[in-house]
Amino acid sequence: MANAVSAPSRTLFANWRQNIIYIGFVVIFLIFAVTLSDKGFLNPNNLLNIVRQTAMIAVMAIAMTFVLSAGEIDLSVGAVAGLTTVTVAMAIAVAGPIGGVAAGIATGLAVGMFNGWLTTRIGIPSFLTTLAMMGIAKGVAMWISDTAAVPILSPGYSWLFGGGSMGPIPVLLVWIAVLGGLGHIVLLRSGFGRRVLATGGGETAARYSGIDTANIKMKVLVLSSCAAALAGMLYAGRLQSGRFQLGEGDELSVIAAAVLGGTSLFGGKGTVIGTIVGAMMIGLINNGLILFGLEFSQQLIARGGIIIIAVALSQKR
Amino acid sequence: MTTPVAAVRMTGISKSFGGVRALDNVDLEVLEGEVHALLGGNGAGKSTILKVLNGVHSADEGTVEVAGQKLAGATPEAARAAGVAMNFQEMSLVPTLTVAQNVFLTREARDARGLIDDADSIRRAEAIFEMLEVEVNPRALVGDLGAGQKQLTEIAKAISQDARVLILDEPSTALAVSDVERLFVFLRKLKAKGVAIIYVSHRMDEIARIADRATILRDGRHVITAPMADLHVDTMIEHIVGRRSKGFADVVRGEVTKGDALLELKAVSGPHKPENVSFTLHRGEVLGLAGLLGSGRSALARVIAGIEPAVAGEIAINGRAVQIRSPADAIAEGVALVPEARATQGIIPAHSVADNMVMAVLGRITKGGLVDRIQAREITDKMIQRLSVKTASRDHAVSTLSGGNQQKVVIGKWLATDPDILILDEPTAGIDIGSKSEIIRLVRDLAMAGKGVLVISSELSELLTACDRILVMADGRAHQMLDRADLDDPPETNPEHALQAAERRLQIEIQKALTAKEATHG
Repeated sequence: MANAVSAPSRTLFANWRQNIIYIGFVVIFLIFAVTLSDKGFLNPNNLLNIVRQTAMIAVMAIAMTFVLSAGEIDLSVGAVAGLTTVTVAMAIAVAGPIGGVAAGIATGLAVGMFNGWLTTRIGIPSFLTTLAMMGIAKGVAMWISDTAAVPILSPGYSWLFGGGSMGPIPVLLVWIAVLGGLGHIVLLRSGFGRRVLATGGGETAARYSGIDTANIKMKVLVLSSCAAALAGMLYAGRLQSGRFQLGEGDELSVIAAAVLGGTSLFGGKGTVIGTIVGAMMIGLINNGLILFGLEFSQQLIARGGIIIIAVALSQKR
Repeated sequence: MTTPVAAVRMTGISKSFGGVRALDNVDLEVLEGEVHALLGGNGAGKSTILKVLNGVHSADEGTVEVAGQKLAGATPEAARAAGVAMNFQEMSLVPTLTVAQNVFLTREARDARGLIDDADSIRRAEAIFEMLEVEVNPRALVGDLGAGQKQLTEIAKAISQDARVLILDEPSTALAVSDVERLFVFLRKLKAKGVAIIYVSHRMDEIARIADRATILRDGRHVITAPMADLHVDTMIEHIVGRRSKGFADVVRGEVTKGDALLELKAVSGPHKPENVSFTLHRGEVLGLAGLLGSGRSALARVIAGIEPAVAGEIAINGRAVQIRSPADAIAEGVALVPEARATQGIIPAHSVADNMVMAVLGRITKGGLVDRIQAREITDKMIQRLSVKTASRDHAVSTLSGGNQQKVVIGKWLATDPDILILDEPTAGIDIGSKSEIIRLVRDLAMAGKGVLVISSELSELLTACDRILVMADGRAHQMLDRADLDDPPETNPEHALQAAERRLQIEIQKALTAKEATHG
């Protein structure tokens, strides 16, 4: 066959495009390291700051990788994170840290199951379900907190969820490493992960193969809301308070991180490691542009441009 | 030999879809260790009864027993649990997963930690392909495979399930002859192990070689079940064709004088198929393309309509060489294609009849950036009347129309472009017999009005009714050009019988083309 001849070279080419995120990450890192050396870019504190600032995005993006791989989307993550900061802070005030963690998990489960139920049983596309949920979650957060910040007075909670560090290593980095490793293995090696990829890659084929695709979609949406709730708990711990504005607009960074990392918006393809590198890359770019002394308006333009270039290069033709 | 046990016993199965009776009290019994051929024309109910057996459809009436046990419920899971496996003609493959991942989807081997062991899947897939003696890379993404390799993957997936009942629905359409031979060797091994195999194919030569018994369906009814020894190819064709040609018999063919050459193809090849096809279509002529699935008929249509532009050869329209690189080029040259997949390629189901009708002429009826609504209405109403489209109004969504009327909307949409050359790909698939003969009559009328029409159909009676000449295709190549008149048997005066006789003859030519293909390849 004529195809067979060109196959190896085509695979190499495709691999180059697939790996663009890692190449891009290294290239941008090196550019910043050289040009920003006098501004403290390579200072360990600055590098750990990048990790701290991107941890919440990364946590949500890990779950978003599953959602996108299943051919769905979750726009409510940022708002759910914000809502969770409020519910956690309020629960800690009356029931202590354990009550707070329980409230956070409950918030994620409740929102996720509602999203999943609307999407799989009522049949509303997840784009709309979660778009509506974005408003609802934010509204509830404003309403129950009276739009005021709720302080968290539990050092233990704050240490574990975001503020603490083990020696030089921030706890947030541990969260990313553990969840990232787990997510990577689950997506690529577990039966659940394989079913997620099959559902997004070809829903009819997956159903004909005996996969309960509605159940899979339900699960990824619950997973996503729970990850958003955890991100909210991290925000709350890091800033020692709950406020509805936390996490606002994060959904776009989260989706961008996953897509930068090679996850397809059309489903069937995704890697968690790529997503984490994607999230780090967004943090890296933000940090570098600030150190360059760009104005916020210029940062927005530069960041948008870099993301477009990276995604355009990763397109398989 | 011990008394053979029934692996599958389906009794009195009936199934209707929206008032159309697809199956009417059909019985099917398949024994352990036999290859049972399931035969019938298009719409005979083969796919429906198989889908009932593997749980995709539930029967309205009747019972399904596998190995003496009634199926627990009409779900794919229940059928699979009972040991029924089926290939779904590429329907069950996920393009973004690899071959090995697809073959063992939901049945992956786990390692000690409970994680999927892809290396094991690859090994087992390799073993299956080795057993079949075919070359398929288990690591390749299914989306990157050609049709033949996909089909082998489907087959591997079905046989990897160690099923008690294996259903192969047209497994050979995209396979090379040598691969089919190896598949047969393997099926004989399975048979010896007591597996019941249901084999669906339109290729009589294959059936004759592999099957022990055959069941023939026609129009959703059981016609005959008999050992292959009692079924000669001619007999099979006779049973398949039957006496169902009424409805077409009254279509007046009308004498048309063949005009100038309108469309000329010289050694045209497409990106994949067709290969080196030449023919001439004249004004006032209806040319049929006959052949089985995968013979390159639709690919040829796509080449002419610019969807998959030609990679070699020459296309001339009205004696002038033309370059057709896109559908827009084709439309500009007066070519219109009524495509095969109505729901996705023909109409936008949620849009109104009027919006669909003017879709291909939007440029012509747009004035100052706005669509001239009065003109759009005029065009739509004219087409609704000309084609007698049954719709509540021109503003109703096309999805509310019956299949036959939806097809008329697609035809109307293309007639609105006033094409010289109209290509119809399976124009009557899935529509009622009344609309079928209306569409065939329309094809004749268009030819009489001086257009050139190309018709692709798997329903031979339809081709024979509509066409002046028929090109038989196999494996992407033009095999033989038949004059419609030559297929008639002069002494037969009853038009129904004459049509059946011609259908049998055409069927035999199509089967011959397949064997000729084997000879050239072998």
